[in-house]
Amino acid sequence: MRLLTHNMLINPMQKFEGAYPLKLIPKKITKEEVKYNPLFVVHLLPKLNYPALLYAASTVGLKDLPKELPKKIDPTEHDELLKMLHHVLLEVHVEEGLLVCPKSEREFPIKQGIPNMRLNEDEV
Amino acid sequence: MSGKRPEHIAPPDIFYNEAEAKKYAYNSRMITIQTKMSERAIELLNLPNHPCHILDIGCGSGLSGEVLSEQGHTWVGLDISRAMLGVAIEREVMGDLVYSDAGDGLMFRPGSFDACISISAIQWLCNADKRSHVPQKRLKVFFNSLYKCLTKGARAVLQFYPENPAQVSMITTAAMRAGFRGGLVVDFPNSTKAKKYFLCLFAGETSDKLVMPEPLAAKAMDEEELKSASGAIDQKTGQSQDTILFGGRSKEKRKRIKGKKGKRLPVKSRQWILRKKESARKAGKKTYEDSKYTARRRRPRF
Repeated sequence: MRLLTHNMLINPMQKFEGAYPLKLIPKKITKEEVKYNPLFVVHLLPKLNYPALLYAASTVGLKDLPKELPKKIDPTEHDELLKMLHHVLLEVHVEEGLLVCPKSEREFPIKQGIPNMRLNEDEV
Repeated sequence: MSGKRPEHIAPPDIFYNEAEAKKYAYNSRMITIQTKMSERAIELLNLPNHPCHILDIGCGSGLSGEVLSEQGHTWVGLDISRAMLGVAIEREVMGDLVYSDAGDGLMFRPGSFDACISISAIQWLCNADKRSHVPQKRLKVFFNSLYKCLTKGARAVLQFYPENPAQVSMITTAAMRAGFRGGLVVDFPNSTKAKKYFLCLFAGETSDKLVMPEPLAAKAMDEEELKSASGAIDQKTGQSQDTILFGGRSKEKRKRIKGKKGKRLPVKSRQWILRKKESARKAGKKTYEDSKYTARRRRPRF
């Protein structure tokens, strides 16, 4: 599971709609190279919740990201930053770990890189 | 085709077990069909030229996702079957995978995805696999959450296999109630085998008129493809029926009057006349009673 996906995940239970971001407890991490496309990273930025990304990056040990994103991102000017974001969003995989809902403390395990978000009958 | 519909055999997380999942990895016919449908769905999505972030509902073994990756997009796939997701892992697909039930609602923030694709999945939502399942509610929850997690102006193309018109109606109603605009595109509507349903949805509020894509019609295919895909081949001539001949119909032949052992009775014989009167009576025509004088030879003056 990439950090890009973690940035979008919420608890599927409608009761806890506002519970975001899910706490990330990684136990095993891998890194896999992905072709760098600066325009795509720029396209992704409006979708992101940056504080949540900072949080997730810190849990996997990546603490070099700036505290705030510049207001206007230029592919040539901010190349370094975009490369870092590319790495954090697309190249880091959480293979084993846990996702925890901040409101209900419900745990969603991650196995083989796949988070198990199936709800029990009483939770639907 | 005598096979039962998969939805009548078992719930999807059980039906798609290791054995079934293997077919999606190794069966070339399966792979070809799924790939073709994925390509067609992507065509219907009419995506912009730059890479997009796409949601794949019922991604299974990642076949449709691979087509997305080939075109340069990133994607997140959902599936209810661990076995199918296992195949996806083996095939080292590029998208992220999530193990979940789409009928429970999606688990993404508003505006997460630029588009959504689904191949052969949502008909499963129409069947209640547990006592607690109410299909209409599951469809409602699914489409409402899908509408939310798409960006404004995003499209969703969902290919599915409806069992009957009631299912088509259930699905399209749930989608419209969720706020989607759009409609159904049916490719090859006249062929039982090649017929494919694509629900094309648009999440947005523009005053522009929504132009629906054109469905594929039989003429677009070449002769070979048509024979294998349509399955409707005229038994006598061996020609594929993409057109219906409406000239030269033979009139319904009148039934000959036959006696015992199916032999033709000589015309105007007593037996023949009696049977003719009988068929006239059956037809409701006014007929005189039979008597000893029926079919009596008359003098030549007649």
